[in-house]
Amino acid sequence: MAETRAPTRVLPIASGVPPAIAGGGSAGPRATDAAASPSGGPSLGATLVPIVGLALLAVVPFVAGEYLQDLVVKIVILAIFALSLELLAGTTGLVSLGHAAFLGIGAYTAVLAAPKTGAGSVVVLLLLSMASAAVYALFVGALSLRTRGVYFIMVTLAFAQMAYFIFHDTKIGGGSDGIYLNVKPVVDGLLDLKDRNAFYGFALGALAATYGLLAVLLRSRFGHALAGIRVNEQRMRAAGFRTYGYKLAAFVLAGALAGLAGFLIAVRDGFVNPEMLAWQESGTVLLMLILGGLGHLRGAVLGAIVFTLLKELYASEGLVGPLLAGHWQLTLGLTIIAFVATMPKGLIGLPAQLRRKPRAVEIADDE
Amino acid sequence: MSDGATADAGTVLLQATGLTRRFGGLAAVNAVSIELRRGEVHAVIGTNGAGKSTLVNMLSGELAPSDGTIRLAGTDITKWSQPKRARAGIGRSYQRTNIFNEFSVFENARLSAQAAHQRVWALWQGARTCNRSGPVADAAIEAVGLGRHAAGPAGNLSHGGKRQLEIAMCLATRPQVLLLDEPLAGMGAEETERMLGLLDALKADHAVLLVEHDMDAVFRIADRITVMVNGEVIATDVPEQIRVDPAVRVAYLGEDD
Repeated sequence: MAETRAPTRVLPIASGVPPAIAGGGSAGPRATDAAASPSGGPSLGATLVPIVGLALLAVVPFVAGEYLQDLVVKIVILAIFALSLELLAGTTGLVSLGHAAFLGIGAYTAVLAAPKTGAGSVVVLLLLSMASAAVYALFVGALSLRTRGVYFIMVTLAFAQMAYFIFHDTKIGGGSDGIYLNVKPVVDGLLDLKDRNAFYGFALGALAATYGLLAVLLRSRFGHALAGIRVNEQRMRAAGFRTYGYKLAAFVLAGALAGLAGFLIAVRDGFVNPEMLAWQESGTVLLMLILGGLGHLRGAVLGAIVFTLLKELYASEGLVGPLLAGHWQLTLGLTIIAFVATMPKGLIGLPAQLRRKPRAVEIADDE
Repeated sequence: MSDGATADAGTVLLQATGLTRRFGGLAAVNAVSIELRRGEVHAVIGTNGAGKSTLVNMLSGELAPSDGTIRLAGTDITKWSQPKRARAGIGRSYQRTNIFNEFSVFENARLSAQAAHQRVWALWQGARTCNRSGPVADAAIEAVGLGRHAAGPAGNLSHGGKRQLEIAMCLATRPQVLLLDEPLAGMGAEETERMLGLLDALKADHAVLLVEHDMDAVFRIADRITVMVNGEVIATDVPEQIRVDPAVRVAYLGEDD
């Protein structure tokens, strides 16, 4: 063992020399990193679809009636909410069933922190809404992230119900009756959210900012680490990642973004009540993600769109008749069951699904 | 493989003393002491259930020892978490392949390399084009011979390919101490040769712990062998001595006379 054998190509790693992989059949082909990092390569579709969609939405106030504009606002806000949960559930693999708590806390903060007379500042109230949701998320995340799987689901649910009952049973926010926002916030001389079109533009901007932030985050080292935690947390720890800190950061950011959606709802309605925090809301946003396709930002937006439109369709007497419209939960539920059963990867996975099996219906193809 | 070579061996990087792990009343590992030196491949052999994997799990930090201490280059790291030990230079591979199946081979190694350069706040920098983890990952993939497959999904690799990737991911963290849990399991002859050549080259700068069932490979590559039976060390010596050690022959090689 005395002779030093000439270590061959291993040296770059063994000795820490900058590994300028010299020739020898090396390829280093990471430009074509086609395989499956969930953030996906910046394909044409992934870049174009959101931009075109945004441009289309921007002209809505000029061409559409009030009903349609209200519907779009509803979808835009729900899309932000869904995107915030997508960061947790889709990217990091943390399925939370208490996400509505952060939506509700953001909304309540916008109302409670607003001045009793006169208009509050958009900037101040927005930041407060997001910050309070983030603080509660820090508290909930710090405790719930010590659990896994179904326990994590249950603990997040429990903390959300706790927040629900605090608003429901105490006088902080008017109890079960809720509380009104008297004057909608403004940015002095620039923006008055009382104005229908101004609010529309503001909500759209918030969606664009949320989407943009998450898109950038997913392609960063932070985003790749979150995806790694979803796929194989044990290996991430073995490599040297303190995964708890990563998960907590994602949890807090998701909470803050849900707080943003809550702020928008409070300002749009001028009213909040405890039902915003109820577990049904947490379940609904999770359904949107599943409907659209977990693991894709576009899926979250698509899920919010389809869910809202289906609900609108099934609840309108003019279209489905008074009998069915009165039971829209039933028809919506059945539709969602059908969607999930036939499209395991959600709407976003439908094109790939159709390409893979042109017609034959395969049984038990899902793992 | 003379005694002289042993004396020349480098400094002790990882040192475990009196390491014990009890599960209920059963001591899976009982008072094991082991030293890993730079420049040495130290093989740990023993039957199934001898406590080899438990030992590796304690050294890597996945399992807290019930008793005993672990030192890395003199520093007591017994209480350190696994991620902290990994960043300090203890890399491990897994007996059962433990990779990111849905990522590309490159991303598997790159993500491992990223642990040394996490920079989470630099959100504007794309991970894929990270100029720190990228080259390290490329080199690690090249070193184990997976260069051709770098862009493909890791889940599509052959079993042997996944074993190679397992090692590449370990190397990508640039460890000083390598804890390799049956790296040759399921590898073909050609892949085994390549892996042994790699280990031989790596040991110049690393301390290597090798848990392995392939006895031919162990006796070819190991500079020192520790034999475990029922959670206890019954012998630690150079391969020549282990081969003729009566206790080992009785307990492990199944010979009694």
